Amino acid sequence: MTDATSGKAAAGGNSAFGQWWRNLDKSVIVWVLIIGVLLFLVVNPLARLFLVSFQHQDSGTFTLANYIYAYSRWRYLQALGNSLTLGISTAVLCTAFGVPMAWAVSRTDMPAKGLVWVSILGTFIVPSYLGAVAWILLAGPNAGWLNRIFMALTGVERGPFNVYSMPGLVVVIACYSFPYMFVFTKSALDLVSSEMEDAANILGAGIWRTTFRVTLPLATPAILGAFIISFLEAIALFGTPALLALPARFQVVTTQLWQFFEFPPKVGVAAAYAMPLLLITMGLFWLQRRLLARKGYVALTGKGGERRPVPLGRWRWPMLGYCLFVCSLSVYMPAVVLLQAAFAKAWGRGFSLDNLTLANLKWVLVDQTQTQEAIYNTFLFAGSAALIALSLALCIAYIVNRQLVRFGNVLAFLAMAPFVIPGIVLALGFYAAYTNPPLMLYGTAWILILAFATRFLPIAYANSHAAIRSVNPELEDAVRILGGSRLTAIRRVVAPLLKRGLAGGFILVFIPATRELSSAIFLYSIKTQVLSVLLFDKSDEGNFEILAAIGLVLVVITVITVLIGFRLLGRDFMLRRTTA
Amino acid sequence: MSKLALHNVTKRFGEYSAVKDFNLELREGEFVSLLGPSGCGKTTTLRMIAGFINPSSGTIEVDGGVISSPTSSLPPEKRSMSMIFQSYAIWPNMTVYENVAFGLKIRRLAAAEIRRKVEQILEVVQLGHLKDRYPAELSGGQQQRVALARAVVVQPAVLLLDEPLSNLDANLREEMRYEIRRLHDEIKITTVYVTHDQAEAMVTSDRIAVMNLGRIEQIDDPFTLYARPRTRFVAGFIGRTNFIDGEVRGERVEFDHFGIDLSRFEESAGLQGSVSFSLRPQSIQLHRHSPSDGNGDVVLPGRVTQRAYLGEHWDYAVTPRDSALSLRVTARPHEVFKLDEEVWLELDPHQMSHIR
Repeated sequence: MTDATSGKAAAGGNSAFGQWWRNLDKSVIVWVLIIGVLLFLVVNPLARLFLVSFQHQDSGTFTLANYIYAYSRWRYLQALGNSLTLGISTAVLCTAFGVPMAWAVSRTDMPAKGLVWVSILGTFIVPSYLGAVAWILLAGPNAGWLNRIFMALTGVERGPFNVYSMPGLVVVIACYSFPYMFVFTKSALDLVSSEMEDAANILGAGIWRTTFRVTLPLATPAILGAFIISFLEAIALFGTPALLALPARFQVVTTQLWQFFEFPPKVGVAAAYAMPLLLITMGLFWLQRRLLARKGYVALTGKGGERRPVPLGRWRWPMLGYCLFVCSLSVYMPAVVLLQAAFAKAWGRGFSLDNLTLANLKWVLVDQTQTQEAIYNTFLFAGSAALIALSLALCIAYIVNRQLVRFGNVLAFLAMAPFVIPGIVLALGFYAAYTNPPLMLYGTAWILILAFATRFLPIAYANSHAAIRSVNPELEDAVRILGGSRLTAIRRVVAPLLKRGLAGGFILVFIPATRELSSAIFLYSIKTQVLSVLLFDKSDEGNFEILAAIGLVLVVITVITVLIGFRLLGRDFMLRRTTA
Repeated sequence: MSKLALHNVTKRFGEYSAVKDFNLELREGEFVSLLGPSGCGKTTTLRMIAGFINPSSGTIEVDGGVISSPTSSLPPEKRSMSMIFQSYAIWPNMTVYENVAFGLKIRRLAAAEIRRKVEQILEVVQLGHLKDRYPAELSGGQQQRVALARAVVVQPAVLLLDEPLSNLDANLREEMRYEIRRLHDEIKITTVYVTHDQAEAMVTSDRIAVMNLGRIEQIDDPFTLYARPRTRFVAGFIGRTNFIDGEVRGERVEFDHFGIDLSRFEESAGLQGSVSFSLRPQSIQLHRHSPSDGNGDVVLPGRVTQRAYLGEHWDYAVTPRDSALSLRVTARPHEVFKLDEEVWLELDPHQMSHIR
């Protein structure tokens, strides 16, 4: 019998190629394409970085000279040691800042929790290098506001504060990375049910004993995880150490890497010198995942009875005082001095009406084509990077979720891999891979866009993955069985359902991309300056009014995007812990 | 000519065989259920018919044309089937009307024709007044009806249902069983229905295929399936039953302390060696006095060891004299016996189904 159905099954031609083409799973093509893109963005830069560390600068022959150069000088080793000190001190301080605040907001009846929340969101919004600028105004030796106030109050000759020091550096970095500690700990504490605490209470333990013996230990894996993240954040930062450590004449790994890049750039040496940073980061991320994955802390699995706030009694106000103290270090005081400087003729003349001016902002926004270009570039690069990262992440997440190809996990792994690569190392990799023909991207906008896209690909992927997982595959099956193709299903059902989630993903990539400094500093050229680089460049001139004005523009951009995010996604979209 | 046919269909996932050597043929307009416990391969079979999964071996045919084989399969969208999913899979971004009209739009029908058909089917499932609602604004039962309307309105060659009632509450589920059967009687679409609920299968189906561990255990109409189960699994899965083991010795089948002449069983020719029978609790009568042995039934003395009153019926456990057997007996509410009372069991060998 010859009927329509059998004819359709045989459609596609009778030739051998037709047969092969018809039976070929077409999604393989997309898979190969995406593998290609990921090789280009993730694998090649890292491989080239590794390779170049063993290559002679000019001849390209195999050599260990780069490693010998990088590790045989005392001051280079000292920079490594400084980074370790910096990382550990910062992580300790982050714990001291973040854990009590998380406990207070999550578990107690402390007043004004909303204010603390908003302030912590504020610390996310201020890039840490801008915080460093603010702290130079606050605690610069002698001229800093805090020193001047101290001198005025006590009458002594010299103020006690000096931000150009290791302690200064630690405080400033901790001010802007403790929110990780806060978010991690809070989300763990949010899952501890009051019944756990009741169980301890009924056995005779008081509030403090319960908190220290039951509640906090339950959050330990999360706290340790955040400790590691804070450590890694601190050793990977470039901007803040460059602003604070260099004037104090000490180096950390990232600033040392930058110096290897001063003309003539020693790429091989820099690559060799970056290896410990890369290895430590990868190792600690692995450890962090192990900690968070560990079983046994059943309380963290979620279901739990009601939760009642712990009554703090007379400790309510001191607790709030501590929270506000931390917030004033990271947000309130910096905001005040930055705003003052941005609108001041000379920031040192203090708060008076005749010191007010709009000249700085006018200079930044109107007079200077350089800053206008940088603003334009910032938007263009961050927007393009977010778009590229999100499209790529979406394809990968769809393929992995729907199990369209055999080795989807490889794609997922590569998409998440940049998460464990410090931005500065990634930039080195891009530099090593794409400064020579045939792929001469250095000096173009593309190298910045692609580096940003790669750097924030994991954020985009975690977001897309969660979004797609929330779409029941049966919704697509229903389209197909009624006669629509997979593309129809994606267009008519998946895309409309993902719209909101994807807007959120876009914003979550866009925000860090607008302020990214540590990878941009290695890859920009005169024509492709962005605001973060411009701000860093201008810091040499010591013109803090202009610096503050640029910073203000940057913060306003971020605040506007965050507000759009609020409208689209609800209030907690930035502080939600992504499942990375 | 069968409308839909599965020949020797096998599906392996790595080492594991989800469906083994599956054979099934459906007549035009027939309603067949795949019934079995979870993990028996029924949903995998359904998804192979739909074209979402390719068989590892064997073929699936519609009207005699192959639509699935290990080497080339027609994609789901070209099979002109439709399916109702366990989650209903109502698209939340479209209204009821848009959901139902979707399949017709894909088929490029004229707008007026689409409107007429959609409105007609929405009346059939009693949702006409809700056509501009979004799915989130509907109850579970109403969503279920939307799924039904959306699947049926395109007049599919074959309709597939994957546990469509499992997310509804008990009352609604019972109502929807009859609804589905009524709809089928009205439009006569060839239907494959996957469920783990025997009552659902009994109410809706022309035939039921009982599946276990990837194989069909038995396929029959509901009456035969219940009255004459062929395997221990089927007898135990559909309703409750008593298993009685015995041995053929000469012209008699010897059980535990009682025996029955071989000639009194159906299909007595096939009986030899060790044999097992399934006997339904309703097929045993209890008597206070020995009934006059006239109708050829077997009568045994026994004792009530357990009883429970369930309102609609009595549930007794009775042990034949000297035997280790314990037989479940269902009796009508007025047939009251006391615990430990001596009774007479009357059983009809014709109702004892020989099982493998």
